[in-house]
Amino acid sequence: MDAILAQFFNLEIMAKALPLVLKGLGVTLLICAVVIPLGLAGGLLAALGSVSRNRALRWASIGFVDFFRALPPLVLLIFIYAGLPFAGLRLSPFAAVTIAFFLNNSAYFAEILRAGLLSVPRGQGEAARSTGMSATQTLAWVTLPQAVRNVLPDLLSNAVEIVKLTSLASVVSLGEMLHAAGLVRSITYNASPLMLAAGLYLVLLWPLIRVIGRFERRIAS
Amino acid sequence: MSDARPGHPALQVRALNKSFGTFKVLTDIDLSVDQSEMVFVLGPSGSGKSTMLRCCNRLEEPDSGEILVGGAPLTGSGVNLNAMRQRIGMVFQSFNLYPHLTALGNVTLALRRVQKLPRETAEAAAREALDRVGLADRAGHHPAQLSGGQQQRVAIARALALRPEVMLFDEPTSALDPELVGDVLAVMRDVKAQGMTMLVVSHEMKFARDAADRVIFMDGGRIVEQGTPEQVFGAPREARTRAFLGRLHG
Ligand SMILES: Nc1ncnc2c1ncn2[C@@H]1O[C@H](COP(=O)(O)OP(=O)(O)O)[C@@H](O)[C@H]1O
Ligand SMILES: [Mg+2]
Repeated sequence: MDAILAQFFNLEIMAKALPLVLKGLGVTLLICAVVIPLGLAGGLLAALGSVSRNRALRWASIGFVDFFRALPPLVLLIFIYAGLPFAGLRLSPFAAVTIAFFLNNSAYFAEILRAGLLSVPRGQGEAARSTGMSATQTLAWVTLPQAVRNVLPDLLSNAVEIVKLTSLASVVSLGEMLHAAGLVRSITYNASPLMLAAGLYLVLLWPLIRVIGRFERRIAS
Repeated sequence: MSDARPGHPALQVRALNKSFGTFKVLTDIDLSVDQSEMVFVLGPSGSGKSTMLRCCNRLEEPDSGEILVGGAPLTGSGVNLNAMRQRIGMVFQSFNLYPHLTALGNVTLALRRVQKLPRETAEAAAREALDRVGLADRAGHHPAQLSGGQQQRVAIARALALRPEVMLFDEPTSALDPELVGDVLAVMRDVKAQGMTMLVVSHEMKFARDAADRVIFMDGGRIVEQGTPEQVFGAPREARTRAFLGRLHG
């Protein structure tokens, strides 16, 4: 029992690891702060393309979404970081992570937003257009607010997935939380830093998951 | 502000044709609605009434033909469609109120975003429009908190607030419980009394008799017959009109 506590819950080692792990948490949050807005923007464009009347645009958008949903994000990340240099393109770990997660999450956000856009009755847009609103104004003030509201739990769930996804960045030695914890583990030969990181993920995500559950119940009722 | 010139019909439809794929929905529709005239459109389901109305603000794109509002072209190249649409109010069968906005928000949206009025001016105009439909006290309610009849009156206020020259109504009362129909018709009567030009698709025969200046009967995508309510209801010339009216009363 003591051996387990010493190996996994060694407070002394945790305290030592804390500054580095917290710095890693900062990087994790930074990746999220960049990737979530970018992914939402890319996802919105792809979603709009996928419901467009223009056939070429529609197929291009659907192809993009399918491709990046099918491709494992870790494969994509390693390809961008370690594969592209063979084509003469060498990216920093942060840039590689940002691009890989942007592509991956644009596809997921696109699929969610597409469902949201399709959930808004046609008459909504027609009413707006009949008052002289442009297509863009109609999207911004009538269609999109309703679309987002209808798929809010899914959007938030995907945001949670992104926070978890950031741990993949450790494979390209970007100093996010898991990488930082792994580093301390390898120096101390002790798993406590990993438990610390796991605890911080939980603290970060648990409230979000509660909120999503509440939204889901409200929409169901 | 309005470009309508006296001497021009408020709405003119010339040689309008429309197909969906190979299915011809409208054939050579010619129609002229005078200023302040209320024209009723009757016809069996699928006869093209909605499509004709929707062509009149180009929610449906005509295949050929010409449409003019107050003498100004709605069709053809170089038309500023969003500007023209503000001159044409539309009221839908299913209300199509924006559920995420209050009644006031529904009415102010185009005033603010299209006509770029400052918030206070837009809200004053919206309250005035809501007052005209008898719902000044419901400004802060969301559509879900309103009855069907109230929702449709808000939708009328939303169209009225833009001060259109013509209003199109597509079966404005057919989604309503019978006891709520009267309030909406009363508002329409009031709008007409203030001089609005109205093209109304509806099967409210009694209202048509009382309020319409002219009745048009459509069948198979053509205008089959038109005249005053007395003529069309009292002495229909065409067999198809007689059959339709017989079914309605039967
Ligand atoms: N968007 C559309 N695509 C294909 N067919 C349509 C479309 N809208 C209407 N139609 C068809 O056109 C015909 C006329 O419809 P509509 O104008 O709605 O008639 P009404 O309003 O008189 O009932 C119907 O047969 C309908 O099925
Ligand atoms: Mg119809």
